[in-house]
Amino acid sequence: MIASRKTSGCKDMSMQWEIVIGLEVHTQLSTSSKIFSGASTTYGAEPNTQADAVSIALPGVLPVLNRGAVERAIKFGLAVGAHIAPRSVFARKNYFYPDLPKGYQISQFDLPVVGQGALTIQVEPLSGPSTSSGLQPYEKVVRITRAHLEEDAGKSVHGESQGVTGVDLNRAGTPLLEIVSEPDMSSAAEAVAYAKTLHSLVRWIGICDGNMQEGSFRCDVNVSVRRPGEPLGTRREIKNLNSFKFMQQAIDYEVQWQIDTLENGGKIQQATVLFDPDKGSTHAMRSKEEAHDYRYFPDPDLLPLDITSAMLEQVRATLPELPQAKQARYVNDLGLSTYDAKQLTNALETANYFEQTVELVGINNAKICANWIMGEINSNLKLMMVGDANFESCPVTSSQLANLIQRIADGTISNSGAKEVFRTMWAEGGSADAIIEAKGLKQVSDTGAIEKIVDEIIAANPAQVAEYRSGKDRVFGFFVGLAMKASKGKANPAQLNEVLKKKLAG
Amino acid sequence: MLNSSLTKLGASLRAKQISSVELTQLYLDRIARLNPQLNAFITVNPEMSLAQAREADARIAAGKAEALTGIPIAQKDIFCAKGWRTTCGSKMLHNFVSPYDAHLIAQFNKSGAVNLGKTNMDEFAMGSSNETSHYGPVKNPWDISRVPGGSSGGTAAAVAARLCAAATGTDTGGSIRQPAALCGISGLKPTYGVCSRYGMVAFASSLDQAGPMGRNAEDLALLLNTMAGFDERDSTSLQRDKEDYARELNKQVGGDKPLAGLRIGLPKEFFAEGMGSDVAQAVEAAIAEYRKLGATVVDISLPNSRLSVPVYYVLAPAEASSNLSRFDGVRYGYRATEYGDLTEMYEKSRAQGFGAEVKRRIMIGTYVLSHGYYDAYYIQAQKIRRLIAQDFTEAFKQCDIIMGPTSPSTAFKLGEKGDDPVQMYLSDIYTIAVNLAGLPGMSIPCGFGANNMPVGLQIIGNYFAEAQMLNVAHQYQQATDHHDRVPQNIGL
Repeated sequence: MIASRKTSGCKDMSMQWEIVIGLEVHTQLSTSSKIFSGASTTYGAEPNTQADAVSIALPGVLPVLNRGAVERAIKFGLAVGAHIAPRSVFARKNYFYPDLPKGYQISQFDLPVVGQGALTIQVEPLSGPSTSSGLQPYEKVVRITRAHLEEDAGKSVHGESQGVTGVDLNRAGTPLLEIVSEPDMSSAAEAVAYAKTLHSLVRWIGICDGNMQEGSFRCDVNVSVRRPGEPLGTRREIKNLNSFKFMQQAIDYEVQWQIDTLENGGKIQQATVLFDPDKGSTHAMRSKEEAHDYRYFPDPDLLPLDITSAMLEQVRATLPELPQAKQARYVNDLGLSTYDAKQLTNALETANYFEQTVELVGINNAKICANWIMGEINSNLKLMMVGDANFESCPVTSSQLANLIQRIADGTISNSGAKEVFRTMWAEGGSADAIIEAKGLKQVSDTGAIEKIVDEIIAANPAQVAEYRSGKDRVFGFFVGLAMKASKGKANPAQLNEVLKKKLAG
Repeated sequence: MLNSSLTKLGASLRAKQISSVELTQLYLDRIARLNPQLNAFITVNPEMSLAQAREADARIAAGKAEALTGIPIAQKDIFCAKGWRTTCGSKMLHNFVSPYDAHLIAQFNKSGAVNLGKTNMDEFAMGSSNETSHYGPVKNPWDISRVPGGSSGGTAAAVAARLCAAATGTDTGGSIRQPAALCGISGLKPTYGVCSRYGMVAFASSLDQAGPMGRNAEDLALLLNTMAGFDERDSTSLQRDKEDYARELNKQVGGDKPLAGLRIGLPKEFFAEGMGSDVAQAVEAAIAEYRKLGATVVDISLPNSRLSVPVYYVLAPAEASSNLSRFDGVRYGYRATEYGDLTEMYEKSRAQGFGAEVKRRIMIGTYVLSHGYYDAYYIQAQKIRRLIAQDFTEAFKQCDIIMGPTSPSTAFKLGEKGDDPVQMYLSDIYTIAVNLAGLPGMSIPCGFGANNMPVGLQIIGNYFAEAQMLNVAHQYQQATDHHDRVPQNIGL
């Protein structure tokens, strides 16, 4: 997208800038043990209680690759249609830091396990200087360069006691899949959309819990700007963003800063920067001059990782149906709109909930299921929880909802009655049938009873009847209202309409 | 008792002619008496050794003894042993008491062997004379003004001086074979991957291999039976069926030519300029003995072996520079007492904790892995490494076993090569190619050279030919007595 910037000192007011963004996302893989040892990966344990001999890097210890981490990497590769390398290599990235116990990180360099792939994203334009003026949602394909396996470092803990830095190695050796995109994004909105889609996908395929507060999904964003048609500008990398909101703010700030710098005649130095959420600004951590020479070389303690076609097929068999395949099926087989299909495939839990409900009520009622799930259930979940609605912890189960929808479909209850049943169900539990019975919400569908009510109303309101018969259709609603009131809301609306029309016609 | 083979010692223990406690005490007394002079051990812990000996005696009494139960074995100080200080010959680990057992130590413990102590070595196994040890040089028991070789020099001296029944070593470029040769004992470096590296402090991971050192081939076979085997904690450990390395020794041989049909390859590159004439003489005499035993001799060539020293001194330091990064003073080991900030803590701890040779190799390794030099050095060296291995593959089409000198000279004087690292590196010229190819190699005593110092014969086998090599050595030792000779003045 193109951002423009009006600067008083700039003569050409129409000068425009193109923004180029690429992401590197570290996803913590959901294995129960570390990537190169049997130590636990559970989050939040007392410092160093999950640091075994390998995590501490005692003299003489050796790494042994966790197969579960490899399977998760393959799963991701398959989900983004990437090439899975039949042979990939673990390399050592050498640098000194107290939370890096071996003095090197085992990562993949020349030969990563996952090669080129792609991710289709839905962009919901955001407001901000890096966003285009066109505010229509649109679809975009972001290319994935590669994804590689590596181990996480530990944590340095500053200030626990004065003047002393502690080291917690519980996290050291936690498996990560670093997913690198091409610089295909050109606004904060696109970057956020990509990150969100990726976040949803890794949870969808069950390789990462996606917990951003706990650091399970961390984003590094590379940002540069250039004049259209010019070669790529110098990039700065915003490190360790762990919320989508911060990501948007950080990119907006960074883009503006780079444009201002260039328009004021400055130059961008390649650098790593951090975003300060309190100040809303980015600041440089280290410049390129201070960049390390990591002296990568193949780790002689690990054999090359060979992935056989048998292993590939074994992992493929565990891959759930992916969001886009589901969307197509919902549109083609269940007759849902594209919008509904996308909403229902936001998260695997939502899709599962939907499919379980449809399974019980039949595909003819799929649309009603979709409406209820995206309407009542979703809004109630949002009220109940902070953050995204989670259908796994929904107090109304899919079978409860199915029971309710069946009663709507077979005319037992009206829509308004159904809402009342739902409210009770949400708050107190119980089956739809039991609630309908207890509250006496069953509709009157007996034609004789409805006819009797209609006859009485017509008899009692001759003036309105005359009005209707003279062509004023609008009074029809008046009769419906009276009839509903007379039936205490239980008259089957469809039947009531039919009987009214017939009788009023005379 | 001190000159008995392990087989005989084991039998005596099981027959209760001697207890493990008595035997252990016998060696501990010898260590107390002779070690001040030889400096073969860095750590001795009589309490722990005798506790193991008592357990062994109980096991023998219960009739559950195995081949090595109750036998005191010295361990190179490169192996982590639970509760034992494990220094790797460095000040960096002067205070490091291992909380865990290396795979090999666990194997020995399981067999009921007694850990007699930790033997001296070149710092982080980097050296060929044992002079780089932070704990002082080891003296050669044949002449205490001379080096024992290295890096497993403490082990070699301890075995030669009868300070232990047998011992372990490690070999990255010749560190078992060269000191075995210089001290007149037998040593075997198995095929890469036969012995687990788990718990062995890493020098150059793709070359490091543990192996047995002892008085004769028969003892080595017995030790290797305990040491070899797959270990899932070492990804480079080979998953193979367990084998009995002594099986070939006990074969009935027909006639008076036990090695009839054996084709011995003599690489012309090993018998060229550079080898001392005394060494050449002893090796040629050994070859003549092998002919008598029925073997035939073939001339072979290992054209790329001349590149093995330069290739090794790119690859081994490269791996070492990374392997030794963990010694940073943060979690264990030496930390400088005074420093201003983190960088200074690293710099001072490593500057003070590592010796000169280790620093030299870290610098070489860092250099060859650096951006802009990696392709020219590391990648190039890897390519030549493959060529060196191919040379052996070709050679083994013409012969069954390769023989030559282990070291170009007998033991040199302490301090003689201290100022010239290249001269020192050249003392491993015949052994390094074997590590680069991952092949098994051994050294056995084959006589004496100038100043009556021992000469070693190197025997190189094809991959997994350890049992065959041990028999080839064993047959020679049946016919000769070089391996039974003991140094003077060691109180026997």
